[in-house]
Amino acid sequence: QEKEELIEEWQPEPLVPPVPKDHPALNYNIVSGPPTHIITVNGKECINFASFNFLGLLNNEKVKSAAQASLKKYGVGTCGPRGFYGTFDVHLELEERLAKFMRTEEAIIYSYGFATIASAIPAYSKRGDIVFVDEAACFAIQKGLQASRSNIKLFKHNDMADLERLLKEQETEDQKNPRKARVTRRFIVVEGLYMNTGDICPLPELIKLKYKYKVRIFLEESLSFGVLGEHGRGITEHFGINIDDIDLISANMENSLASIGGFCCGRSFIIDHQRLSGQGYCFSASLPPLLAAAAIEALNIMEDNPDIFQTLRAKCGRIHKALQGISGLKVVGESFSPALHLQLEESCGSRENDVKLLKRVVDYCMNSGIALTQARYLEKEEKCLPPPSIRVVITVEQTEQELDKAASLLKEAAQAVLN
Amino acid sequence: INHIVHNGALYKRPFNEAFEETPMLVAVLTYVGYGVLTLFGYLRDFMRHWKIEKCQNATEREEQKDFVPLYQDFENFYNRNLYMRIRDSWNRPICSVPGAKVDMMERVSHDYNWTFTYTGRVIKDVINMGSYNYLGFAQKTGPCQEAAAKVLSQYGAGVCSTRQEMGNLDKHEELEKLVARFLGVESAMTYGMGFATNSMNIPALVGKGCLILSDELNHASLVLGARLSGATIRIFKHNNMQSLEKLLRDAIVHGQPRTRRPWKKILILVEGIYSMEGSIVRLPEVIALKKKYKSYLYLDEAHSIGALGPGGRGVVEYFGLNPEDVDVMMGTFTKSFGAAGGYIAGKKELIDYLRTYSHSAAYATSMSPPVVEQIITSMKCIMGEDGTTIGRARVQQLAENTIYFRRRLKEMGFIIYGNEDSPIVPLMLYMPAKIGAFGREMLKRNIGVVVVGFPATPIIESRARFCLSAAHTKEMLDTALKEVNEVGDLLQVKYSRRRLVPLLDRPFDETTYEETED
Repeated sequence: QEKEELIEEWQPEPLVPPVPKDHPALNYNIVSGPPTHIITVNGKECINFASFNFLGLLNNEKVKSAAQASLKKYGVGTCGPRGFYGTFDVHLELEERLAKFMRTEEAIIYSYGFATIASAIPAYSKRGDIVFVDEAACFAIQKGLQASRSNIKLFKHNDMADLERLLKEQETEDQKNPRKARVTRRFIVVEGLYMNTGDICPLPELIKLKYKYKVRIFLEESLSFGVLGEHGRGITEHFGINIDDIDLISANMENSLASIGGFCCGRSFIIDHQRLSGQGYCFSASLPPLLAAAAIEALNIMEDNPDIFQTLRAKCGRIHKALQGISGLKVVGESFSPALHLQLEESCGSRENDVKLLKRVVDYCMNSGIALTQARYLEKEEKCLPPPSIRVVITVEQTEQELDKAASLLKEAAQAVLN
Repeated sequence: INHIVHNGALYKRPFNEAFEETPMLVAVLTYVGYGVLTLFGYLRDFMRHWKIEKCQNATEREEQKDFVPLYQDFENFYNRNLYMRIRDSWNRPICSVPGAKVDMMERVSHDYNWTFTYTGRVIKDVINMGSYNYLGFAQKTGPCQEAAAKVLSQYGAGVCSTRQEMGNLDKHEELEKLVARFLGVESAMTYGMGFATNSMNIPALVGKGCLILSDELNHASLVLGARLSGATIRIFKHNNMQSLEKLLRDAIVHGQPRTRRPWKKILILVEGIYSMEGSIVRLPEVIALKKKYKSYLYLDEAHSIGALGPGGRGVVEYFGLNPEDVDVMMGTFTKSFGAAGGYIAGKKELIDYLRTYSHSAAYATSMSPPVVEQIITSMKCIMGEDGTTIGRARVQQLAENTIYFRRRLKEMGFIIYGNEDSPIVPLMLYMPAKIGAFGREMLKRNIGVVVVGFPATPIIESRARFCLSAAHTKEMLDTALKEVNEVGDLLQVKYSRRRLVPLLDRPFDETTYEETED
């Protein structure tokens, strides 16, 4: 009888708390038409400094016609996961091409960029294993680590001394319990170009640490694939490192390749395991063939025009220099990184006010013809929340006049809003 | 055993679900079969270890041989010794549109499935009973494809930005309004991948201090989403309403396990049609329970949207219920709409919250424009808004195909699981050798089927699964049935004893508790 009373009395919380109408992330910018070099945002025509279209392939005619041909042959969807009649010859071709381009043995494709690294990490690292990860790792990596249930050890961003300290601590732990140490796998997860800070990771030192302490390296190259290196092969080419030294390279095709999806590449010994245990691969429909065909054509263009990478890096350097010295805003990121952050030099006190201030800067620029956006984060979910910032993205399509115009407009906006 | 419906007043149409019990002899033989395979597995591993037999597995690098091994030997035992033998039934590559008939690339293996080579020949016109093409929208010609081609030339293939930043196109807004109208709810939000829709939004809705009640046979994406949320998870027996009610009562009465504080929220996770069993959720009873105990319902309609209901609106329309009773309606566009992606629909407050706090909106790229256009065109076709009756005709054709196919298979004497109205038809095979044989024999006769074994199903309940489509004509179904009949006789899989047991509801048994706190 009292059970009935308890059941009557219990009141749950509402399913979702109400969201205030002026929450910055609630009202999206509406883009009418394609998000290419000239973009129409909320009715205004602007030059696009916010989409990750580094090599300008979003509007490329050859890519579009390859996708059209594929659409005429296969329709849109694949109607099944890879295991059940969802494997098309375009998928196999794309995997081969990616493996050949990156000079590895094998590659595997996922249909969603976020799911790539978030499914790859839990396939290898299980409960009881140890993962050393950089503090500034992106959210997809954090979710992959959470799904793997391993022990996570964060080291300070790009601080090799801190990482070595953690590795030494782990070594002393191992000597106390050698039996357990023999079966605990260890991994280091780093990004080539960090999305949250625009820095590059010191890969040669990491390789030395790898062989000294016997840890495997997983490299996430979403921003550096198609940007760094002489031929666009990423950070391994940039530093001249043997690609077999990296156990797994994961990247998404949504930035340089202007398609959808992601891939992992490495030796067959490692990649083949994901075909049965990568959750986002086995339990999800495969990539629509038109997007795979677009990616293949984009790869063709990358291979045929290796000088676009140099052009892109030159443009990045130019704007990096031009943006120095804006009063009130500081540039965060390497000079050759195509995705920079502009953070406030002095915070107003609370994150909310900082966000509002940056929004006014962004609106000023949008009204004058430059489309920018703030970097969006889920404030409660991130492990190490980066400070609020404006994201500036450089693409190969932007002319030098446009770059200069953007820099001067940002100077103006900072003057007007922050002083 | 046939399930009768108690609470019969809640159901407006007969609910006929059957899971015939495994014959004892077959179960014993299956275990024996697995035992023999395991013994051979140990023998082969032994021979490989002592180098008597060549090891064809890929191996670790020389420089890294003294690292901790990446894979435990036992984890891969099943993979090396059992899966490898019948691996050619899966991952079959095709080279045409995945419609009712499909062209497959021929591949052979000269070393017992360790490596495959493509001969270059194409097997044409294989009847496709494996793709999730329920309403036949996987087409390379027609209004959907033309619209998608136009959008592709205008917008391009990718988007290169997230929803909250610069990736929210006008096409996405149009699609979301259309989805909300289709389902009869206030608003909706779409995502690029169906799997990610579950795994990224359940953590946004529930957290620590909440309770998730999830069906035994839920899909991996629901299980992953529930685990990532950090809430306590309890599992109720598949489609068993007494089990669910007991869990609900105990949860409210006893509260959280150690502190005895009341739960913040209770969320029930169910699917519309379960893809391995072919069973349909008992939605009227679930809604009655949800209302009585004030919990929230999350309905995953990945397979049932477009496939059930006279208008193709899914399992809610099938039972004649009010869509506003379901708190969170989730579904995917991969199956019935011939595209890719997923959606969540419900009240405006829910969608506003997800627009702000969903992991996918902040960090993942939005949907590709031609895919969006395909969904818009196919949805309008199903609703009848494009001026034709093609949509309605397809939904009806699928329902007719389902009833006909299931009836004929049952008459032939196979054990078929699931509900009479579900377009997924699992045919029980049980023994490991028959899994491989069934897949190969059917391919020889130009029919492509899907066979599933462990770990997607319990170890002795391996099955072949047919996915019906509105694009299958009666002739194709008859051809398929004839071949299935032949292969069934050849392999002796006609296990059904066709005994009509007096109608008793499944007796209530003890529930299992599984609490996981991460």
